[in-house]
Amino acid sequence: MTVLERTPGRSGPRSGSGAGSDPAAARRPGPRLRAARRVPPLVWAFLLVPLAVEMFWVFWPALNSFSLSFTRWRGVGPAEPVGWANYQRMLDDPVFATALVNNVVWVVGFGGLSVAGGLALAVALNRPGRGVGVYRSAIYLPMVISLAVTGLFWRVLYQPDGLVDRVLTPVGLGGTAWLANPDTALYAVLVAAVWRQVGYIMVLYLAGLKGVDASLEEAAAVDGANAWQRFWRIVVPQLRGVSTVVFAVTVIDSLRTFDIVWAMTRGGPYNQTQLLSTYMFQQSFSLVDLGYGSALAVVIFLLAIGFIITYLVRQARAED
Amino acid sequence: MTTSAPPASVATAPAQPPARRPRRTGRSPWFHVVMVPFTVLWLLPLAFIVVLAFRSFDDVASRGIGALPASFTLDAFTEAVTRGDLGRALLNSGIVTVITVVLSLVLASWAAFALARFRIPFRRTVLLVMLAGNLLPPQILLVPVSRITQSLGLYDSLAALVVVQVGFGLGFYTFVLHGFVRNLPQEVFEAALIDGAGTLRTYRSIVLPLTRPALAALAALATTWVFNDLIWAMTVLRTETRFPITAALLNLQGGYSTSWNVLAAGCLLAALPTALVFFAFQKHFVSGLLVGSDK
Repeated sequence: MTVLERTPGRSGPRSGSGAGSDPAAARRPGPRLRAARRVPPLVWAFLLVPLAVEMFWVFWPALNSFSLSFTRWRGVGPAEPVGWANYQRMLDDPVFATALVNNVVWVVGFGGLSVAGGLALAVALNRPGRGVGVYRSAIYLPMVISLAVTGLFWRVLYQPDGLVDRVLTPVGLGGTAWLANPDTALYAVLVAAVWRQVGYIMVLYLAGLKGVDASLEEAAAVDGANAWQRFWRIVVPQLRGVSTVVFAVTVIDSLRTFDIVWAMTRGGPYNQTQLLSTYMFQQSFSLVDLGYGSALAVVIFLLAIGFIITYLVRQARAED
Repeated sequence: MTTSAPPASVATAPAQPPARRPRRTGRSPWFHVVMVPFTVLWLLPLAFIVVLAFRSFDDVASRGIGALPASFTLDAFTEAVTRGDLGRALLNSGIVTVITVVLSLVLASWAAFALARFRIPFRRTVLLVMLAGNLLPPQILLVPVSRITQSLGLYDSLAALVVVQVGFGLGFYTFVLHGFVRNLPQEVFEAALIDGAGTLRTYRSIVLPLTRPALAALAALATTWVFNDLIWAMTVLRTETRFPITAALLNLQGGYSTSWNVLAAGCLLAALPTALVFFAFQKHFVSGLLVGSDK
């Protein structure tokens, strides 16, 4: 127990307090054991008030969604239990199938593009130098704009004769109504979402690159490795920790994505940009089919839970 | 810009002692040749919206939204604020954001202090469960949360929006602050104990002042999250006059679908507060993004 207790005092590289000296360690158990034997009532209150708030507003509703998913409920009167009917209904629901496929496209496209872009920019802007601060700020500026507002103003950009049209007409891609065309709408939304996400991924990788040992790369350079080899063989393996976090965060974010799609297309045209989250919202709040909506929410949860656990395990390990 | 950059880096290169900073000289002059146009392209969407917001309705209607501006007016902003009622929406967002951020950080710092400094049974599990709550997809909470606010009589009030967002964010803030409080030097707490400081005084005169950097980072981050929220507002609010700016803008879009300049002005008004927070606290903001990612 003492060993477990002493780790915080050691405090690692972050705060760098020199608390590891022997006399301090010898003195330490006394007061702490006294403090440990009885946790003062006020401390219990400190813990239990926030915990109760979270239990009531997060875990209790989450459990309710599970039980609601086995009912048919239009919002008035009692919910009528229907067993697995809501889940069976999904199997024959073409919109659910579209939403599921779109979610896969979203995870791969949104995740892949923002990670590739964020990592490339982080590597390019890692070293300080003239103009680097400006470039960095410019790239993470979109991140402070809400997803809803991002969606709304990209709607404007995608209008006929809008910015996208103007930029792409010289390339021969003008004249497409990107958001109204069922074949392009999802990708048009995806581009806007990536534009906002790249800065965030870049920040995460910039921090990760600080932990990369420069001397290894220099040694490899001396040994004749070119930049490309150094990047894949030396830098990328050292970024594995960050990459795990980025991967988990990206997938969790992808499954949550709602605002930007709702602001740009509300799932249309013809449900072609429907994601599980928007379809769930539409079923629950526009059509007030609360049982089916809850079942869709449970599916989103089940898809996310593996990645949530990945993230938690990583955080738990970092705690040690 | 592109032409001036390469000579500049060439000029500085010989000044550096090559042995000490070999990597600095390695930056190719092509770097700026690529980065400058890229950055311009990256910011072009924003620039387009800014220009559009200052154009008059007639200008946009007759010459198209993609045309170069032939007018300069604040009409779109006045229209967004008066007819679109965005002033009230901004106020709603401001109220909700300030109360939510303060409440969240107070409650989270309590929990973090208790979990980091006292031997609470299963405290590690408690901490991870709290964090897990924040990682849940919000969709799994929406229907029941909407029902709970109705049964408590909170539905369609700003208070509902506050409590829901406090509850949902708590786990993350607690987790981050816990890491921070745990890393404070043990000696400070021992000294306080020897001086006979009680829990409350230790919290007030040690934990709060020493965690200020973490609190600042989280406050910057939480402000943008809460201010930018849409889904909780759509879940617990119905009356338009209580909408925060994000939801109000979506409404504006429904009513003014052809007044692109008004929509653009509204977007700028909605983005401005978080952009200001970002520029004022850029360092805090960036470190705030990193705290959860555990470098």
